Amino acid sequence: MVNGAPIAADVEDRTLLAAFLRETAALTATNIGCDTTSCGACTVLLDGESVKSCTVLAAQADGQQVTTLEGLAGPGGELHPVQRAFRAEHGLQCGFCTPGMVLASVSLLQENPHPTEAEVRAGLEGNLCRCTGYHNIVRAVLAAAQEPA
Amino acid sequence: MLPAPFSYRRAGSVAEALDLCTEYGDDAKFLAGGHSLLPLMKLRLAMPEVLIDLGPVRELSYIRDEGGHIAIGALTRHNDLERSGVLARSVPLLAHAAGQVGDPQVRHRGTIGGSLAHSDPASDLPATVLALDATLVAQGPSGIREMAAAEFFQGLFETALEPDELLTEIRVPVPAPGAAGWSFQKFTKRAIDWAIVGVAVQGHAVALVNMAGTPLRAAGVERALADGAPPAAAAAHAAEGTSPADDINASPAYREHLARVLVERALVEAQAG
Repeated sequence: MVNGAPIAADVEDRTLLAAFLRETAALTATNIGCDTTSCGACTVLLDGESVKSCTVLAAQADGQQVTTLEGLAGPGGELHPVQRAFRAEHGLQCGFCTPGMVLASVSLLQENPHPTEAEVRAGLEGNLCRCTGYHNIVRAVLAAAQEPA
Repeated sequence: MLPAPFSYRRAGSVAEALDLCTEYGDDAKFLAGGHSLLPLMKLRLAMPEVLIDLGPVRELSYIRDEGGHIAIGALTRHNDLERSGVLARSVPLLAHAAGQVGDPQVRHRGTIGGSLAHSDPASDLPATVLALDATLVAQGPSGIREMAAAEFFQGLFETALEPDELLTEIRVPVPAPGAAGWSFQKFTKRAIDWAIVGVAVQGHAVALVNMAGTPLRAAGVERALADGAPPAAAAAHAAEGTSPADDINASPAYREHLARVLVERALVEAQAG
């Protein structure tokens, strides 16, 4: 299941989830950055928890719920509170890390709905922003935590 | 980056995993969270022909208080260890160390059994279970076998597991009231990196991360503590008997210095706790 809809495809056993999402499911919000489990650009939610999809086999996700950035907005297109907060606080510059940052933040807030600033920074340590935009990203996550989910 | 081609098989239970392992023999490797194995496969440093995915083996994900010890299923994820109330009460060192592994995404996938069976001396949990005198339980075609952590780690990426055995449980003795002080120290360049050097302390047991081909008990430090030495004097022995690597991150001399500094900090923190 990807973003609430079943998707079935025969793929090579070694297909990584990140490649499956981009090439088979044609969902290209998930970026592949370092491809070595470091940068977090490919972060998606697997059964609601953040994972780096460059280090998960597509086959491992079989039978589980995958959420990409495309699946975060509501049915009428209304942005998720974390997306709204990233926009309001300008939590991005070039945008490459943003899908991963947003999904890592959603997972972080699920586990810790009212984090301190230090907890937000520690919770996003698996996501790199090469524009050095962390201040606004952290501000966005803290702002999202103030909103009713 | 794709791993070299392999066949993917799924095990739904321990019995099924062992059957698949018997079927494919040396060509197969178990896949737990995959956060050590898949990166190595992408770099072609590991090229198993068959991967036996243990993901659906839910029976090996648990943390149980068994009285004198805590029993932990091998497929329990770092994130579950980190948030376990049982561990927070009984073995906080393990909960804390698990929370220092990688980053949240890694901790949502990586498992304690996967980390131990991978036997990377730079990983946090091997040294932690060594400091805790844990017992590791493996299951194979010929039955169930228990090994002390001290005999489990045999070298870089080498363990006492037989090729047809699966690590199933980690038994961690609950520290005695007199040995309740603990600390975990880890020195890294960036938050998500492996430790350049690390140390796990539980009572007077001291284990080092990344100071040899295996995690290592700092015997000299432990002897000095037993003789009543204060932290600084005991920590002076931290590099004795070690053989740290020379790599891009640090020289052996730097690692030896780091070991002494981190052991002293850990002993001070453990005694204060």
